[in-house]
Amino acid sequence: MSLAAPAGSTPTTPAAPATRPAHARVSLIQAILVIWHRDVIRFSRDRTRLLVSLAQPLLYLLVFGVGLSASLGSGLGLPPGVTYLQYMCPGVMGMAVLFTAMFSAMSVVWDREFGFLREILVAPIKRSAVAVGKALGGATQAMVQGVLLLAFAPVVGVKLSLLGVLELVPLLFVLAFALTSLGVALAARMKSMQAFQSVMTLLVMPMFFLSGALFPLSNLPGWMTVLTWLDPVAYGMAPIRAAVLDGAGVPAAVLDRFTGITLGSYTMPATLDIAVLSAFGAVFLGIAMRALRRRG
Amino acid sequence: MSRETPGYPPIPETRPAHDGRDVITVRGLVKRYGDLEAVRGIDLDVHHGEIFGFLGPNGAGKTTTISVLCTLAEASAGTAIVAGRDVASDADEVRARIGLVFQDPSLDDQLTAYENLMFHARIYGVPRAARRQRIDSCLQTVGLAGRAAAPVKTFSGGMKRRLEVARGILHAPEVLFLDEPTQGLDPQTRARVWDHLREVRARTRTTIFMTTHYMEEAEWCDRIAIIDHGRIVALGTPEELKAQVGGDVVVLSTDDNARATAEVMQRFGVEARKDNGTLRIEVPDGADFVPQVVRSLSVTVKTATVRRPSLDDVFLKLTGRAIRDESADGRAQLRMFARRRGGHR
Repeated sequence: MSLAAPAGSTPTTPAAPATRPAHARVSLIQAILVIWHRDVIRFSRDRTRLLVSLAQPLLYLLVFGVGLSASLGSGLGLPPGVTYLQYMCPGVMGMAVLFTAMFSAMSVVWDREFGFLREILVAPIKRSAVAVGKALGGATQAMVQGVLLLAFAPVVGVKLSLLGVLELVPLLFVLAFALTSLGVALAARMKSMQAFQSVMTLLVMPMFFLSGALFPLSNLPGWMTVLTWLDPVAYGMAPIRAAVLDGAGVPAAVLDRFTGITLGSYTMPATLDIAVLSAFGAVFLGIAMRALRRRG
Repeated sequence: MSRETPGYPPIPETRPAHDGRDVITVRGLVKRYGDLEAVRGIDLDVHHGEIFGFLGPNGAGKTTTISVLCTLAEASAGTAIVAGRDVASDADEVRARIGLVFQDPSLDDQLTAYENLMFHARIYGVPRAARRQRIDSCLQTVGLAGRAAAPVKTFSGGMKRRLEVARGILHAPEVLFLDEPTQGLDPQTRARVWDHLREVRARTRTTIFMTTHYMEEAEWCDRIAIIDHGRIVALGTPEELKAQVGGDVVVLSTDDNARATAEVMQRFGVEARKDNGTLRIEVPDGADFVPQVVRSLSVTVKTATVRRPSLDDVFLKLTGRAIRDESADGRAQLRMFARRRGGHR
């Protein structure tokens, strides 16, 4: 009876019952959504970054692309009826996804540096939810970047088809999710932004060059072909290109023969590309989950 | 008894009585980092609804202990029951029942105060229908009701701290842990944070467990444990602990402290402890002692003050060092270093 409150501040509300039940634990899905939602809020607030990160793919497309096609003409071994700018247009979309996805994982390093990661890691949720939520957050961001670049397709003479665009969105998402998972897996081990940024730059550039974004992957020297097999971006690039150029009047099969990943004389079909890309994504996500579980 | 620190409201006369329920029970807790024993066998009972202070110099083992209690570090030996659950075997359940305010800030600067709290409410499973009301009431408790929509990056250090307190209690935890909650805040801000902590306790009867190395702050706690070199050297209410020191503390500064120490011991039979260029002497009656000591010493007494014993005096008496000696000793620094390396960052 003598649970005296401090003088002058008698509680106006009745005292809580002695044993308060904790709230029901949130489900895995809910936890993922909360993590994802926060990243989306942050992303949508940062308009400057959104615009700036669109600039780099555009620079490649308009300067590199225009310059290269002017000097090389049709000497790039492209399928008939496809200009280099048309070829490159899906390439820079993939590039935007690659860069945004990988660098979005910097938020993990950022959260560590600014302490918010602790708030996340001590919460009574599964660590796997943190990894998936982070990967989804970055993937959403990267996908939006890729889709925004669609607006420039007509500028370089790519006629978009509705079906192509509908295919493109999930494709961009799968690529973005796989790459963000890789980013999160790496970021979970990084202690500083500088380390993260240098590792990412080291990784992102070869992934970009070997993806088929800038030149077809058929007819490459053997050693380089092997490297393209190891590049997850390459497996996303071929189906994305097929979807974007759907409206250009070139049959996908023809396009694939010129631009897909080759195993000897065999060119991988889009479905197999997507399967391999998904497998890459699953492995990366698994590594990301493990990495976050270890890093208390 | 009145407060010595300006800006602080008076210490409440009545401390809450123990209702027989312990929210934290620690037995024989040991935490080693390699060869270093940061915590060397701690026993502790924290009563329901009290503000319990863990007082000690940097490197004494405070943060290590609180990390174990919050399931952020594993004990090397011993047991700890928090909110009825074992921290070692039931970490997830413990985490759902406690609130945490870390030593370092852990808010999302890009989000508003409201968004930060909403994130927390959702992730801790506060039911949708109750979220908004809980957030409003927690913001009100820490005096930030008007700032809900402001981005956290516009907040001052003290406001951020208060927001973290609000977040810590948002999911109605049984215990709120705070690791050095007022470190680096100016005295006014510190006092405000304290006002709100008391408000939290008054409104919700949440048990509060905090570490601190500020004496003024420890005075505010219902009970405190003084920790040094990984062991608890004293435990009780601030009054009880201060009662361990004799009636008054006389602080002298003299021309020759070493000689004065010897003479005080020789003539009065009491020990004078060195502290920061002064001598501290515990005597039953300070007003009576000062004229005598000034008269009888062969060295010149430059200043003499008489005051009531503080927790600092308690610490000095128990450990032979002043707690504010933050240079600490080599061992403590080594331990801190080990903690950082072995820790989670």
